[in-house]
Amino acid sequence: MSRRDSTHLRPDDEVDGALERATPHRWIAALGRNLWRQLTSMRVALILLFLLALASLPGALLPQWNVNQVKTAQFIVDHPTVGPVLNALGFFGVFGSPWYAAIYLALFTSLIGCLIPRSADFVRALRAEPVPTPRNLGRLPHHAVLTSDETPDAAAGRLTGTLSGWRKARRVEAGGTVTISAEKGFVREVGNLLFHFSLLGLLGAIAVGKMIGFEATVVVTEGGGFCSGSPSVYDTFRPGLLLDGTELAPFCVDVDSFRATYTDAGQATDFVAAIRYQAGTGAADGSGQWTSADLRVNDPLRISGERVYLLGHGYAPNFEVRFPNGEVRSGSQVFEPSGTNLLSEGVVKFLDPPGYTGAAVRQHQLALQGLFAPTAAVAHGLLTSVFPAPNTPGVAIQAYRGDLGMEDGLSQSIFRLDQRQIDSGALTKLIRANLLVGESMTLDDGTVVTFTGYQQWVQLQTSYDPAQGWALVFAVTLLIGLMLSLTVKRRRIWFRITPTSVTDTLATGCRIEVGGLARTDQAGYGEEFARLVERAASPTVGSRRPSTS
Amino acid sequence: MAINTTLDALSDMTFGGAAAAYTVALVCTAVEFASHRTAPAAVADRQLVTAGALTRDGTPTGVPIVPTAGTVGGLTRIGHITTPERTAKPWGALFGRAGLAVTVLGFAAHLVSVVSRGFAAGRLPLGNLYEFTSLICATVIASWLVLRLRQQAVVIGVFVLTPVTLLMLVNGTLLHVPAAELQPALNSYWKWIHVTTVSLSSGVLMFSGIAALLYVVRARWEGRGSRPSLWAKLPDLPTLDRISYRTAILAFPVYTFAVIAGALWAEVAWGRYWNWDPKETCAFITWVIYAGYLHARATAGWRGSKAAWISVVGLASIVFNLFFVNMVIAGLHSYA
Repeated sequence: MSRRDSTHLRPDDEVDGALERATPHRWIAALGRNLWRQLTSMRVALILLFLLALASLPGALLPQWNVNQVKTAQFIVDHPTVGPVLNALGFFGVFGSPWYAAIYLALFTSLIGCLIPRSADFVRALRAEPVPTPRNLGRLPHHAVLTSDETPDAAAGRLTGTLSGWRKARRVEAGGTVTISAEKGFVREVGNLLFHFSLLGLLGAIAVGKMIGFEATVVVTEGGGFCSGSPSVYDTFRPGLLLDGTELAPFCVDVDSFRATYTDAGQATDFVAAIRYQAGTGAADGSGQWTSADLRVNDPLRISGERVYLLGHGYAPNFEVRFPNGEVRSGSQVFEPSGTNLLSEGVVKFLDPPGYTGAAVRQHQLALQGLFAPTAAVAHGLLTSVFPAPNTPGVAIQAYRGDLGMEDGLSQSIFRLDQRQIDSGALTKLIRANLLVGESMTLDDGTVVTFTGYQQWVQLQTSYDPAQGWALVFAVTLLIGLMLSLTVKRRRIWFRITPTSVTDTLATGCRIEVGGLARTDQAGYGEEFARLVERAASPTVGSRRPSTS
Repeated sequence: MAINTTLDALSDMTFGGAAAAYTVALVCTAVEFASHRTAPAAVADRQLVTAGALTRDGTPTGVPIVPTAGTVGGLTRIGHITTPERTAKPWGALFGRAGLAVTVLGFAAHLVSVVSRGFAAGRLPLGNLYEFTSLICATVIASWLVLRLRQQAVVIGVFVLTPVTLLMLVNGTLLHVPAAELQPALNSYWKWIHVTTVSLSSGVLMFSGIAALLYVVRARWEGRGSRPSLWAKLPDLPTLDRISYRTAILAFPVYTFAVIAGALWAEVAWGRYWNWDPKETCAFITWVIYAGYLHARATAGWRGSKAAWISVVGLASIVFNLFFVNMVIAGLHSYA
């Protein structure tokens, strides 16, 4: 990237040297200058580029925290010796690790160090006149000789006219010889600079997105909804580094229903959640109008800069429990899809059983743990699901009574019971049963548990990245710059028009020598050169075939 | 939409036919290569051939077969480079032509296979690894056919057909799945844009990588004193470099576009335009390697073998990303 010559000394360097020779400052400055020249050299840039590729590799080969937490945790458990070491070194979060940042920051510093002088060179080249015509045009890769009966001046005027779109300079040499220098293809360097500046812009846009964007997920069952406005409404909330979550744009989403379509083989073909939403100030104070929409995979809802995605779905079985005192409670909980055909597992917890007071409440909490199958089949007593659509929903439920351990201050999974409570005997295992919709089981104390049906739930994600439009803009300019820099050729053509000796004929005439050079990739210039030579030959001009190799 | 089993069967049949044709063509081009005349080691500064420097070009060190006066017509133009024409022995050339004809037939069958698969499933035939690999193989073959029809003197068919035939066999046996409908996550017009451009650019980059691999092989052979060997029959270094570079600069912007299209699709489907999913990470690595290749080729001291090695690493990265990541590492791209 840098084309600076390391032997090049600027005038002010020499002044510095005269004044501060042999001082430590001088030595440090020299060291710094050398380091900077090293860093901005192409060799170091290339090495950094490959280092970047190499450093990215663990990000593809090892599980990553930000991609899959469960897998990453499992990997560390499975590799007790190297796992923790790799974790400490940041190998499970490569793209956020300090050593990765060090590489790309060094690379981008090197890039900036290249781009500044290179842009300056380019501006200078734009202002400069095309270089003088070389003495011996026959040595150039492309060469042709023409003769004409025009005067050199007339020929030069005519030739200049054939070079539309070229930057030209006309010079006069001794003996009445006129030369024309022309060059073209500055767009290549424009593309090159555009490409590299776009990379900087892209990095900036990504960084801004990471700073002030956020991502949050929430599970909503049919008939439910959520209002964004505070991180607390979400199940997970991943804010950018500069975001504290107090200034979320208010909007509300209600999920009316969810429908999945399947082929006969059980492969899903479509997911659609029918939702209503409102956004803006109306959503904040509840006075807004609801708008209906269908939320699908690959078709997010875009409201006021934020996007709502349909990410997942599942089932939430409903139970009705008639307690010994005759009171009826219903309970429902989201179950986690864990098996084939959406066989799901989870637990419905009744923390506040009626008919008990004081400490007795905690001894009589009820939990219904088990599996939900949308299309149930029972083989050897085990519940399986044979189809993902809810054709004949069934559950396999194990009932527990006792202290669920919800008051000890530790967070619990909504999908599981606290195993310590079972192990310690605080939770007593009661009967288990396989139930279809409407079927019941009776516990030892007369409590009747009825499986009454199900609801579907969807997992929604809210994403906010105000810089992603800029990322796209820079990606597009990057691509345009790349294509320009790879397709446009920087090329030069020179004409030397020498007056023909008058002793040959009575008429004045001239000899036109043409030379061509492509500065980057020679390929393809031959054809253009031949065309230019052809155009240079006027009908009255005798020509010798261009010899282009 | 129901799957059309007749068309699906036609697709499988023509795929098998294409694989068989490539196998026959592989044998033919191997014979052609073996019977091909030795190419002289490249002369230093061969790229700066000028009209006035025919003698420099025409008298490579130690190889007395090249033209003296009046033999300009005996020079074949490859881009701007002049290379002494190296025709195969007559029977070798015959095998070469037969190989070309059989490849064209196989390629036609291959196209029928891809198209009929698409009609059988009622969608773009890029829904799983089998279909994806099939299109990539077709692209590599197409790249070679274009080169072969334009520049008959470049005899590298056997090195293109060998990996493609192997890939076709693996694809037809291990990766084959019957035509089926798409999962909802793939049901987007972005798929059409992203996967098509990825397959086409990957195919061309693989072809570029093969040429770079041959460059490395040939450069080593020349480095060891150009002793008589089968490698002497490879095209000379400037030719291989040119093939590798031209195809790379053709495919690299397309690949870049494909990655950008993938990011746009990810924004629509996954909620974020870049997720550092293993496939994305590998695509990024591949992109960085090819960016390095293009820079290296324009940098003094890195041209030639070093740049070719980078391109070979790029080839490895593409193959790794296309197959290994899909089959071994689970990620967001694990659809097939």
